[in-house]
Amino acid sequence: MPADWWLKKKTYFLFMVRELTCVFVGGYALFLLVLTTRLDDPQGFAALLNSPLLIALQIIALPMVLYHSITWLNLTPKVMVLWRGEERVSPFLITVAMYVIWAIISIVILWIAFRHR
Amino acid sequence: MAKSNEPIMWSLFSAGGMVTAFFVPVTIVLTSMVVPAGWIEVENFRQLIAYPLTRLFLFVLISLALFHWAHRFRYALVDLGLRNSAGILAITCYATAVVGTIMAGFFLVSPYLFTYD
Repeated sequence: MPADWWLKKKTYFLFMVRELTCVFVGGYALFLLVLTTRLDDPQGFAALLNSPLLIALQIIALPMVLYHSITWLNLTPKVMVLWRGEERVSPFLITVAMYVIWAIISIVILWIAFRHR
Repeated sequence: MAKSNEPIMWSLFSAGGMVTAFFVPVTIVLTSMVVPAGWIEVENFRQLIAYPLTRLFLFVLISLALFHWAHRFRYALVDLGLRNSAGILAITCYATAVVGTIMAGFFLVSPYLFTYD
């Protein structure tokens, strides 16, 4: 197969974009790893968080990670098939539940962080 | 069927995908916007991250995000045409995730290992 097969069709292209979101997930994990090395160094810690280059990279990573979240949560009813008695729980309901959990987690984390402002 | 570590790696990939989907977007918003913009004082944010529970959270997040990256990236590269290097790609990706996990563990617990008072 030619290496550019994924450019031939929109669905193939979106599949490859989804798979390559992992580069941004891994890159951000690396950033967090470096941040942990500066935990006992307030100046180094602040410098890392205020670096324009690192901020720019994170702003680029954000839409990619959001794309990962959306595609991942949309696929959960395919992986997680729930039954209530003889009845299958609606896939739509599972997806909605996933988005609700995502929203709650995000709000709780922001709340914890702002409480330490 | 040949023995394989595929189920283990897939489980880590899957757990990483879920944790990443839920936690990484809000974390990026914090580290790329909220803290650099000064809405949360950098020093307070550092102290929040230095709590034992936050360290544990970061360890799990970093490790699972790396395993998620490793598994997805190795197959993406094969899909992009690096079929002949599939073996070495797999080893390199998973080894990176293992090393990253060990480093994260070390940096996050080291202050507790090397305090003498």
